[in-house]
Amino acid sequence: MISNLEMATPMKPFERPISESGRLSVAEPVAPEPKLTVRDLNAWYGKNHALHGVNLTVTPHSVTAAIGPSGCGKSTFLRCLNRMHELIPGARAEGTLLIDGKDLLGRDVDPVTLRRRVGMVFQRPNPFPTMSIRDNVAAGLKLNRLPGNHDEIVERTLRQSALWEEVKDRLGASALSLSGGQQQRLCIARALAVEPEVLLMDEPASALDPIATAKIEDLIHELKERYTIVIVTHNMQQAGRVSDQTAFFYMGDLVEVGPTEKIFTNPSEKRTEDYVTGKFG
Amino acid sequence: MAPDTHTDKVYESELRDLRDRLLEMGGKVEAAMAGAVRSLIERDAALAEKVIAQDREVNRTEVEIDDMCRRLLALRQPAASDLRFITTALKIVTDLERMGDLAVNVSERAKDLAQSPPSRPFHDLTALADLSGSQLEKALDAFVEKNVEKAEEVIEGDDLLDAIYHRLFNDLLAYMMEDSRVIRRATSIMFAAKQLERFGDHATNVAEMVVYMVRGTDVRHPGSRGGEGAPG
Repeated sequence: MISNLEMATPMKPFERPISESGRLSVAEPVAPEPKLTVRDLNAWYGKNHALHGVNLTVTPHSVTAAIGPSGCGKSTFLRCLNRMHELIPGARAEGTLLIDGKDLLGRDVDPVTLRRRVGMVFQRPNPFPTMSIRDNVAAGLKLNRLPGNHDEIVERTLRQSALWEEVKDRLGASALSLSGGQQQRLCIARALAVEPEVLLMDEPASALDPIATAKIEDLIHELKERYTIVIVTHNMQQAGRVSDQTAFFYMGDLVEVGPTEKIFTNPSEKRTEDYVTGKFG
Repeated sequence: MAPDTHTDKVYESELRDLRDRLLEMGGKVEAAMAGAVRSLIERDAALAEKVIAQDREVNRTEVEIDDMCRRLLALRQPAASDLRFITTALKIVTDLERMGDLAVNVSERAKDLAQSPPSRPFHDLTALADLSGSQLEKALDAFVEKNVEKAEEVIEGDDLLDAIYHRLFNDLLAYMMEDSRVIRRATSIMFAAKQLERFGDHATNVAEMVVYMVRGTDVRHPGSRGGEGAPG
């Protein structure tokens, strides 16, 4: 029977009123449903088995950094998340990839629609060279024939990518007139314009100077309020600065994944320890 | 997979230098307290003066080690066990410097007592000195060997040190009550004993940091974090 008190007191989120044993339990936080769930993900380039049974979950509105030496599988992992991996001739991936609990790798999933939900920013800024700043941001909208006031979306996403104040008076100028760091933020604005839920970043600051890098990192902190971010980086300090969770890959294995602070202060695995302390090779 | 040394050999040697300097400082502090206690027991004012003068070297080493740690943190951005080692070094060096100061305090009392008539011997004072010295020696061994078990022995050994100190304290109290003329001398010995007890506490601090350095778990002040055990 429900008592008056229970009826008068609405259940608060993150509270479990009664445990399975029927006793009142102490309120404890409930982990949010993962935005991304990766189960037993394997990837190949022809016969080369590049990723070996990766298991990982990503919390909504968090930043996950993938680190590891060259060839460890971290970029392959990232490309699997929006099915760009399968664009490479002979490449394939198997396993379960869920976004909000729904499968991404199913044959009935349209990769183009998926890539709208899971956007990507690449290592080198790659604005469309013949297009203006405005048209670069709106390119995805036009390509996908998305409705809405494109000028408003351009302004909103340029603001979100912290570029608006620098380009608002020259939206018609060529994208190539921007500096490298500005071009990278333009590419982030372009990825955001189609309103993705997840943003993948493949070494987004590796071609940038320290100031432009700091702006990108600051932007990542702001973007995670709206999006879920997975970033691949060779720069371990960057992983430490921007991410909540860090995944260490080595030779196609996900060796260890955990809170970033733990990975960089007291990792559980010897291989992670050796990598973050520079004892490789 | 990987050797236990860093790919960057210069970094590897910088970390080794830091460890060596800490051990060197630990050795100096150990010798200083041993000298201070000997000057107290043997009423050797000259030895006490020597210990006091040598403390400047301990202080200089502290500053140098601090500089080494700062440079490593700024230029190498250490992670994981390296980060724990360097933060441990920063903490240990403060304890060692303070232990050097305690040896100076004992030496000051030794100088004072050397001017007064001799007191009767207090065996617990020697026991306290021996145990506090071996506590530091063992803590430094634990640091070099990255040996948690040895560090835990030091932490547990502090109870015995405290017990000896309290027994000596009561003994000195009784001594003063028996004969008021010895109050000044007994107070000086009591003060020296307190320095030795504190010396042991610092050795315990070093041992606790060794546990952190090796395991990454902080065992200091268990009571204050809602864990088991009495507050430290």
